Amino acid sequence: MNIFDMTIHELHGALKGKQLSSLEATTALLKRIESVEPQIGSFITVTAEQALAAARSADQRIARGEGTTLTGIPLALKDIFLTEGVRTTCGSRILSNFIPPYSAASWEKLRDQGAVLLGKLNQDEFAMGSSNESSAYGITRNPWDTSRIPGGSSGGSAAAVAAGQAIATLGTDTGGSIRQPASHCGCVGLKPTYGRVSRYGVIAYASSLDQVGPLTRDVADCALMLEAVAGYDPKDSTSVDTPVPDYSAALAGGVKGLRIGLPKEYFIDGLDPDVQKAMTAAIDTFRRLGAEFVDISLPHTDYAVATYYLIATAEASSNLARYDGVRFGHRAQADNLLDMYTKSRSEGFGTEVKRRIMLGTYALSSGYYDAYYVKAQKVRTLIMNDFISAFTGVDVMLTPVAPTPAFKIGEKINDPLQMYLSDIFTIPVNLAGTCAMSLPAGFSAEGLPIGLQLIGKPFGEETILRAGYAFEQATEWHTRKATL
Amino acid sequence: MKYQPVIGLEVHVQLLTDTKIFCGCSTTFGSEPNSQTCPVCLGLPGALPVLNGTVVEYAIKAGLSTNCTITPRSIFARKNYFYPDLPKGYQISQFEDPICQNGWLDITLAGQEPKRIGITRIHMEEDAGKLVHGDSGMGDGSGVDLNRACTPLLEVVSEPDLRSSDEAVAYLKQLHQIVTWLGICDGNMEEGSFRCDANVSVMPVGSKTLGTRAEIKNVNSFKFVKQAIEYEILRQIDLIEDGGTVVQETRLFDPNSGKTRSMRSKEEAHDYRYFPDPDLVPLVISDQWVERSRSELPELPGQRQQRFMTDLGLLPYDAEVLTASRALSDYFEAGVAAHDNAKAVANWVMGEITRALNDSGTSIDACPVPPERLAELLKLIDNGTISGKIAKTVFDEMWKSGKAPLTIVEEQGLVQVSDSGAIEGIIDEILAANAGQVEEYRSGKEKVFGFFVGQVMKASKGKANPALVNELLVSRLKG
Repeated sequence: MNIFDMTIHELHGALKGKQLSSLEATTALLKRIESVEPQIGSFITVTAEQALAAARSADQRIARGEGTTLTGIPLALKDIFLTEGVRTTCGSRILSNFIPPYSAASWEKLRDQGAVLLGKLNQDEFAMGSSNESSAYGITRNPWDTSRIPGGSSGGSAAAVAAGQAIATLGTDTGGSIRQPASHCGCVGLKPTYGRVSRYGVIAYASSLDQVGPLTRDVADCALMLEAVAGYDPKDSTSVDTPVPDYSAALAGGVKGLRIGLPKEYFIDGLDPDVQKAMTAAIDTFRRLGAEFVDISLPHTDYAVATYYLIATAEASSNLARYDGVRFGHRAQADNLLDMYTKSRSEGFGTEVKRRIMLGTYALSSGYYDAYYVKAQKVRTLIMNDFISAFTGVDVMLTPVAPTPAFKIGEKINDPLQMYLSDIFTIPVNLAGTCAMSLPAGFSAEGLPIGLQLIGKPFGEETILRAGYAFEQATEWHTRKATL
Repeated sequence: MKYQPVIGLEVHVQLLTDTKIFCGCSTTFGSEPNSQTCPVCLGLPGALPVLNGTVVEYAIKAGLSTNCTITPRSIFARKNYFYPDLPKGYQISQFEDPICQNGWLDITLAGQEPKRIGITRIHMEEDAGKLVHGDSGMGDGSGVDLNRACTPLLEVVSEPDLRSSDEAVAYLKQLHQIVTWLGICDGNMEEGSFRCDANVSVMPVGSKTLGTRAEIKNVNSFKFVKQAIEYEILRQIDLIEDGGTVVQETRLFDPNSGKTRSMRSKEEAHDYRYFPDPDLVPLVISDQWVERSRSELPELPGQRQQRFMTDLGLLPYDAEVLTASRALSDYFEAGVAAHDNAKAVANWVMGEITRALNDSGTSIDACPVPPERLAELLKLIDNGTISGKIAKTVFDEMWKSGKAPLTIVEEQGLVQVSDSGAIEGIIDEILAANAGQVEEYRSGKEKVFGFFVGQVMKASKGKANPALVNELLVSRLKG
């Protein structure tokens, strides 16, 4: 087996058993990055030297018997996570020279365990996009078919896992930005419940929706990564002070008697036939494993995309105000303050970011606030209530992650509405603030990965991990590798 | 036509917390620019605000002391605008659902009945940083110092209930007294710890429709508030009388000229796009919390003033002077506690103590004569050991040396002479030496009596008991 294709638990075993060193593993990953990066474009920054140094110190730690599960494991981070001393761009030109003086809380937790940072991963600019085409640092290609998008906005995080460029990665999910690329790249991606993982040090897109989560090669790794980053953080007022369960211990147990809801609004006529087929097969598998299926309804699903694009853009218009050229980031030369603001932001932001800033500014403007922002918040409450009431009858929900497999590069970039609709099944979960996971559930006729989404109750990560693990044990989709 | 001014005040109160409102940075002034900053108050990407609990405590205290209702679930909002001193591009403030609502203060102008002034709301917010222009090393450029960014403020908004500059100043002084009394603000207006914007409009007397208002910024002393409002009232009346109309605008007060000038019009006003800050959860304040805060409130100046009048029998003026600050008032109370003669303590605190403090530029907290010592001195007067006149000499010595009054009296032999034999001896000498004046007195010129008293006191080096001197002199001269 290639080192670069190993899972965390496999590599951890090898490091612990001294069959491998972290230095060897890290070197193998860096080589792999070098060889496939021209085809994929997952990375914005590769931190080879720091990675090798971190690997050496991890090896010493392991030798002292002080290693933990993630010690010496080569990981990579979406470029939205602040990394002290390592340039952090968020996929934007406006942060092309930004070297943060502090690190994201979630990365600190991994780093403290001795994880090795390989580099910073490509993404849609400020996490705004579903295809990774809005990055100022070039597009990322899908390892399964390099003419296609990897999904977004954590496209680099998914592609790197799929292409053997990192053992696991962290992404963020505001409207599906972990799950949709995970689905398109054939990896496991989990968006935790809002408040489960600290947002401190993660560049904000839409603060009430953003959540940090792992992208991995299997469900067991997903549990390990979540365990490592989850937990209350006094520096994030929206993080929730509730104990972190032992997710790994929760994996076994099966799905016998588990009630799985099938929301009828997610199984629509327009669904891609291959996706439909994969869902039907997955339902059969679960049934065979002893799960029970219940038809349910989430009646306000139709309003989710519109609601999302009001709330997310409103928050973004304010969150992105700090990129003004005054204290950090790109500053244009100008004769007066107003011109400096205008030029710096015009030059620094890309088209999609500008579009969303304008949408959000409009939604919050005097005279429109009630009709847009306030109304969207009310609909958000209705959507949350949909989930609360549906969850009284089921333990988890099963849905497709995306209506189609990965589309072609350039296919939707000039049609924002079509692009926005690719997140139709993932957005409601963010609005409801609950958790969901994407995991491999088949392939299209063209050989593109198809993901299935398991949606859990708030703080019900254990249940979706357990269900996902049972499914994974019964199928072999996750074992297939993209050929590069 | 006669015009009625209508005034409302917005007061920013800088809170005396050790740390900033949304991060752990220190709030002390005068440090190196940008030395008291962190990712949060610098507005760096990824940084998140965490509310300082002390700010909430102070806001509740301010609200309860101004008769406000404490909002059980209050919300922080973002006020969005671009300016280089505003690092995040928005200020975290409160908009809908501020922490305190619907309060009031009663003000009393001399010779008038008390008047109730409504307080619409009190909300918490963060301050901005400051721009530095023309400092060395900056050339033509400007610098941004973010030490002040994220410093906690309360904004206290009054109803437009004020009808004159005097009422405005009275309201402002009372509010100032309350926040300094509570110890939540140092009250320094020059440094901007307590600053005021005034909304001023005029309408014809008897009208029910408010005129268009101008908001006047930068009035940072009681005097300037009075000046600015008076100028603005006259400006608006003149404008209307000349057939013009008042436009809604922000005006800046210039303390040098005493005038206000236009800063920006309504058309240029920002659309702040307020919305609830998704980084902060709603602030829930339980009834128990409010009641605990209420029970921890100190006796407020108004209450104490009342008690000084009813329990200690002080005159209204004295009670007001002695509650001007909490420290002064506490000093007085400590004095009374040690010497049960409120009138005497009041006179001394308002007289000698205040004079000595003013002359030496000392604050009452640093008064070298503690209230217990003052009480000892007053005891010596009341029990006849020294006269009031000698007491002033003793007091000066106490101020200088810090010695106990009795020690000074004994060291300098200042004990009052109340021995009638000894005083009669002196009187006899004085009368013998001034036969002419004695003659005058006896022929009806009673004015010279004062001369004899002076001579006797002088001869006794001020130690003779003045009452006894009077009594004995009368009997000797008449005899």
